[in-house]
Order: sequence, then C-alpha cells, then structure tokens
Amino acid sequence: MKDFAFLNGNEAIAYGVKLSRPHVIAAYPITPQTKAVEKLSAFVQDGELDCKYMHVESEHSAMACSIGSSSVGARTFTATSSQGLLYMSECLPYASGARLPIVMMNANRSIATPWNIYGDQMDSMHVLNSGWIQLYVEDAQEALDMVIQSFKLAENHEILTPVMINVDGFVLTHTYEKVEIPPQDQVDAFLPEIKAAPHLMSDENKMSMCISAGNQHYMEFKIKQHRDMFKVFDELEKIDADFLKSFGRNYGGAVEGYRNEDAEVLLVTTGSVTGTVRAVVDSMRDEGKKVGVIKLRILRPFPVDEICRNISQARAVGILDKNISFGYEGTVFTNVNSALQQKGLTISTTNFIGGLGGKDITKVNIRNMFENLLSGEGETVQYSNMGCAL
Amino acid sequence: MKDFEMSSRPEWRSLSDIPMGSSCPSFHITDINAGWRVFKPVVHIEKCIGCYRCYYVCPDGAIHMTSGKKAQMDFDFCKGCGICAHECKPKAIEMIKEEK
Repeated sequence: MKDFAFLNGNEAIAYGVKLSRPHVIAAYPITPQTKAVEKLSAFVQDGELDCKYMHVESEHSAMACSIGSSSVGARTFTATSSQGLLYMSECLPYASGARLPIVMMNANRSIATPWNIYGDQMDSMHVLNSGWIQLYVEDAQEALDMVIQSFKLAENHEILTPVMINVDGFVLTHTYEKVEIPPQDQVDAFLPEIKAAPHLMSDENKMSMCISAGNQHYMEFKIKQHRDMFKVFDELEKIDADFLKSFGRNYGGAVEGYRNEDAEVLLVTTGSVTGTVRAVVDSMRDEGKKVGVIKLRILRPFPVDEICRNISQARAVGILDKNISFGYEGTVFTNVNSALQQKGLTISTTNFIGGLGGKDITKVNIRNMFENLLSGEGETVQYSNMGCAL
Repeated sequence: MKDFEMSSRPEWRSLSDIPMGSSCPSFHITDINAGWRVFKPVVHIEKCIGCYRCYYVCPDGAIHMTSGKKAQMDFDFCKGCGICAHECKPKAIEMIKEEK
C-alpha cells in the first residue's frame, strides 16, 4: 500500500528529513524555506521525530551548530535560502573542509538589492566554490527522495562532503503536488544509521577541531578534498540504482536526458524549469522539430563526462541560466563550455539568461530559445522575457 | 625542550596519508609558530583534574594530555591567547608575562 500526500516542496523536504531520522536540526526560518523548518519543528514538537531541534538566532549559527553536531558524528540537517545562505557562507567551507556530511536544503531565491523574495539561482551560485556538493531538483518528489539519497551520499566514508539540495523558491517550495511518502522501514533499510567516520571526535578519540595548516600543508588538504569530490559521480549513480530497487523511482545520476538521443538542438537546464521545457519539447516534437532537454542534476562536482556524452551529437546547445555572473555570463554556461573544451568538442552554444527575481520562463520563451537554436541566429548571451529593450 | 612524549608526525607519501578533514590529534600538522606570545599559560599540575576542557578549546591544538591526564602546554605552538586559562574551572592555568 503506497502512501501518497498532497505536499508542497518545503513539506516534501520535511518528510524526506523525517524519514532520514537526523539527530540534530539547526535552522533559522527564511522565505521561501520557512514552511520546511516549521514542519520539521512541528514533527519534533509532536514527538513524530526524535531529534534535537536547535532554535538558533541566525543562519551563521545554524551552520556553526551543524558543524558542531556533525563533528561528533550526529546526522545533521539544516535549511536556508538567499540572504541566509550568504550569511552562513563563512561557515560553509568549514563544514566541507572538515569533511562533515551535513545535508542542507537551499530554497533558491534571488539576492538583494533590489530586495526580492522570489526564485532564481543567484544564491547557490554565490557559494558554488564552497566545497559543497550542489544538487538541483525538478519537483517535490525528487526533493523528498534526494534528501534520503543525499545523506547516503554525504556519509559515504570515501566522500564525506556536505550536500546542498537546491529547490527552486516558490515554484517548488510553495507549489503542491502529489508526492509518494516511502514507508519508514524501507527508508531505514536503504539508509542505515550513520556510521561514525574515523576522522570524527569522541570522548575516546580526542581531537583538535579545525586545526591550522601552514603553507607547507594546506594545499594537500584542499587537493584531497577536491579529488574526493570526483568520487561522487559513481556513488550517486549507485545510490540512484539502489533507490530504484527499493522505491521504484530513479533520476539518472548526474544528468538526465529527455528526447535527446536524436535531437538536433538541446537545452541544458537545472531545477524546476526542466518540467516546462519537457512540455515544450513534446509539442515541438509533434511538429517534427528535433529538440530535446538535458537536465543537469548536479553542478558540483561538475559532470564533465556525462554532460559531454549527452550533448555531443547535437548541432547547437542552449544553456538556460537562472543566474548571472555580472560582467560575464551565466555560470552554468561557463561550466558547460569548459566541459566541451576539455573533451575537444566544438558545438555552438548559446546562453539564455532568464527567470531572475522570479520572472516567468514561459513555454513561449522556451519555444523562442529552441527556434533561436534551430535557426542558428542571435547573440551568444541572451536575456529571456525582458520587459524592455536593451 | 618538550618535557613530554609527542605523538609521532605521520609521513605524507600520498593524499591517502593526509588526515580526512581538519580535525586530528594535536601536533600533527602545523609548523612551529609561537612568536607573538606575550603571556604564557602555566599549569599548576596539582590543581589540574584532567577534564580535557583546555584541550578541547585550544585553537592551536597546543595542549597535550600526559598519560597521567594532566594538561601540558607545547610552547612551540601556543600563541598565548589565554582561552585555556579562562575556561579552566579549577583555575589550574595561570597566564604569566613571558620574559624574553
């Protein structure tokens, strides 16, 4: 008997966390993540989740507490968004450098100023270099499932790297969908209790935490951290395959293609906009146009092999960025171009920047992107759905 | 001269020899660095109860616990910040102006 519920993305995350049985949650509420931590706090208050919920006074403290609890081997969750993510950003490299398997939800939201509470991916791009694994989900079901998968991934003793699950603000966090809630016993079988990693501190194994390393030794620590991140691809694929066996769903590891095998032109997406692009692909395919979509599920580590394998046959590729690196271009565009260069592929690429501050990316906008790619005309970097001339 | 036995510093031949993360037993990583100390912590051994509080809070991992569970300072690494003295419940650590 399957258990379904009508949940928004925030609640789906909360259910995913509850099923993962964390020992500690330390979080500070912020729009549009608030409902996730409210729900978690209610689970703890009502005795449905046996967990220490720490009501902290800021996001900086939320991450500092998470580092503390994870340092002694507790399964730890936190959640934030936008300015909150930026406020805790000083702590993020402490968590990744100390190799702590914290899992965090980030509700993707724009960055001030102008002040804006709606969705784009400027916040997570700000901390792309923080040493955290960055996942992007398309819907509420994937959000729930990826919480469970993320703990398994982060806690792998070869990886020991924190995971940030990015959930598009409002479009996912506040939109209700039918979501399957897996049974607790199945999740327990899939995600056993956290095993104490050898580098963690305990009463028996006393450590100095977050030590200094001088110019003779610092770089070796960082290169080890960097190289271990590449182990994520195989492990994510393995976890995803096991997830399919246990729960009947999977997501395809680092990259998921949709009608891409024979596509002439492709759009590379992250997060919730992928769903809209799928719909446009279907209707354009009905018209005989060979279009497809590649959903990037992970931005760090960046899946160079996977993305190149999936787009190498296309004539032109568009990269949809819900962010902008001021004075240059969209960040995903930069990364995809570098991947192509590394693999010696010469494919025409175009950057479509859109959705900033929650601006709609409509089916018409997406159709225009595909038509643009098919015709091979237009600027290299374009701005979608602008309300005025450039 | 250190008057206690130090844990041996591991040799790094490959990345796999490097500690996972930045938490490890004291003395393993940093180079000698203590030049800016003005006050130095002096442990009154008879008052030390071996609670490890100073050991945990020392930002430089410069405190060694002897086999008899008494705190001892490694002055090659101690910066003289005084956190250990501030945190010591039985007041076994005293900060004394250092004579150069």
